[in-house]
Amino acid sequence: MAKYKMHMLVCGGTGCRASASDMLYENLKKEVQEQGLDNEVQVVTTGCFGFCEQGPIVKMIPDNTFYVGVQPKDAAEIVAEHALKGRKVGRLLYKDPVKKEQIPDSKHMGFYKKQIRIALRNCGLIDPENINEYLAADGYEALGMVLLEMTPETAIKEVIDSGLRGRGGGGFPTGVKWKIAHDVKGEQKYVVCNADEGDPGAFMDRSILEGDPHCVLEAMAINGFCIGATKGLIYIRAEYPLAITRLKIAIEQAREYGLLGKDILGSGFDFDVELRYGAGAFVCGEETALIRSMEGHRGEPTFKPPFPAQSGYLGMPTNVNNVETYANIPVIINKGAKWFASIGTEKSKGTKVFALAGKINNVGLIEVPMGITLREVIFEIGGGIKGGKKFKAVQTGGPSGGCLTEKHLDTPIDYDNLLAVGSMMGSGGMIVMDEDDCMVSVSKFYLDFTVEESCGKCSPCRIGNKRLYEILDKITKGQGSMEDLDKLRNLSNVIKDTSLCGLGQTSPNPVLSTLDNFYDEYVAHVTEEKCFAGQCKDLIKYEIIPENCVGCTACARNCPVNCISGERKQVHLIDQSLCIKCGACLEKCKFNAVTII
Amino acid sequence: MTKIKSLADLRKMKDDLRSQVTLREKSQSPEGRVLIKVGMGTSGIASGAKQIMEFFIEELDKRNVDAIVTQTGDMGYSYAEPTVEVKLPDQDPIVFGDVNQKKADDIIEKYIKNGELLDGIIPANYETIDKK
Repeated sequence: MAKYKMHMLVCGGTGCRASASDMLYENLKKEVQEQGLDNEVQVVTTGCFGFCEQGPIVKMIPDNTFYVGVQPKDAAEIVAEHALKGRKVGRLLYKDPVKKEQIPDSKHMGFYKKQIRIALRNCGLIDPENINEYLAADGYEALGMVLLEMTPETAIKEVIDSGLRGRGGGGFPTGVKWKIAHDVKGEQKYVVCNADEGDPGAFMDRSILEGDPHCVLEAMAINGFCIGATKGLIYIRAEYPLAITRLKIAIEQAREYGLLGKDILGSGFDFDVELRYGAGAFVCGEETALIRSMEGHRGEPTFKPPFPAQSGYLGMPTNVNNVETYANIPVIINKGAKWFASIGTEKSKGTKVFALAGKINNVGLIEVPMGITLREVIFEIGGGIKGGKKFKAVQTGGPSGGCLTEKHLDTPIDYDNLLAVGSMMGSGGMIVMDEDDCMVSVSKFYLDFTVEESCGKCSPCRIGNKRLYEILDKITKGQGSMEDLDKLRNLSNVIKDTSLCGLGQTSPNPVLSTLDNFYDEYVAHVTEEKCFAGQCKDLIKYEIIPENCVGCTACARNCPVNCISGERKQVHLIDQSLCIKCGACLEKCKFNAVTII
Repeated sequence: MTKIKSLADLRKMKDDLRSQVTLREKSQSPEGRVLIKVGMGTSGIASGAKQIMEFFIEELDKRNVDAIVTQTGDMGYSYAEPTVEVKLPDQDPIVFGDVNQKKADDIIEKYIKNGELLDGIIPANYETIDKK
């Protein structure tokens, strides 16, 4: 076997592949061969590095050089310069967004400094399509230990002691869930992995399945042994084709090695995993709706109790856990509950993966210890707000969460703290907003999503959310009244209290939290009919400031509806009756002569 | 592929496969490890830097020294190629010139293992961006 002295890790996640990282991989391989380096340099496709903002990523090992935005045509230069002569290709290095300096390697990147990667440990490290690399990275060791050196009871105790809580959003203690399923009797029990990731902007489950599919299979088998289940099902949305492909490969490889199937590692324990596809409904992330959908029914939630642990898939005891939760399990077994519990806060242990999005410099996937502050996440790891604008709010928890403001920036992030300030952990989406975002429009956006995704089974969610949306729509059009603000709050509370499942119980959160934190903005919309962020088209007007206008005609030339008139070197004028408020004139004006009022 | 039939088999297999990813795992935490950079400019390669690099990789592994060997560009000491920079944990890096196999062997045995200085050290007369 060749002994490689250098590894080139090429990101093979969905984001980087969309920018042709698969072609880049082929080109690198070809160049390495042409330079006669195939016995020295290994080119590997890995899972996501998390730094999706500037993909495709190539990381060089062992010097940790981190190349960003690499195009297939750059392969020749990387091989000739870096692999052959040891010179870094400067133009492809990551540049610090604030200092504008080139950063020589990933160890010096603010993005990675505060991260602790447990669930994402193998993403960007191993080839997800090669079980041997997973085995080399301690893969299936935990399963072996549980099957042959532990009992279901001791393994469950380990998970309980670790303090791991459900990463899908609710935060229910995972070990306790396993214990309940273990204690229930049933002729055929099931283990289900919830890979129906639905929050807008969250993609940690996809990245784990794409970058390290075996760790989820291993954890499911451990889960099966602990509760006495021999069948595992992964409910995954059909919109994740790459994750599905890699899961299928992983299942096939695990079966060939006998790590799935009958009599695993000579322990006498049988376990196998199958895939079930979802059509991408948000409500199917709720476990009872997910189970209904797997059974071939409409994805609608059912009343709890009975809980899935008592009567789940096909009426049998079923344990449902989220992908990220599972990804933590093998590490907990290998390194011990004590080690895991030493990370995080008193009631939230370990780490959490967040998907950073919105008006932030480093968009991407990060894994941080619980208890880190929002400030550290946004300004140190995230690199601050884009374009030097002012931070306004951060939305956590997706459509079920709330908006947090400047005053919450130093709150340590964990399940309970986020709940206390009116948001929630959710699956870990984090959308950052700046001064140009209108909070009424933001909550309208989320309500639009929930109205679309509500399954319609219970009336508070089906009708209530629609009404909420309509009131918000009215406000953004300048037709709201102060009375509407009270109505919003009352209706939100009713929906929260009376909805059947988690979707409806949390859908008013974006409205409530923006009402709490940005009440002035709502008031400005209804009393002054003003949107200070300049987002609500019905409430704004673009005008030209005559003193600043030099008559360059840039605005008139770029106006899509030709509503700006004026001669060269003369002051221009916008015809308000024709203006569609697209903002093109504001963008193009170099003299600050266009303003929003 | 054959089935893995016991935990002992699994562990043996892991040990055999280990080397596939050790380099990647090591480079995740370079702190506390010996870092060796071999100058790989044209003059370095012509003077045998490639063989020296391979020698370091193989011998350090055989002699159980926890080290990361990387290549770097021409360090500028063309009169003393091949040049090798060695950085022991928590110490300033030292550059050795005219490194042949014998000297590489001395570097491992005397400097890396015992901290003894050798002849042929090129005094550090440069600053890196990091230090500024």
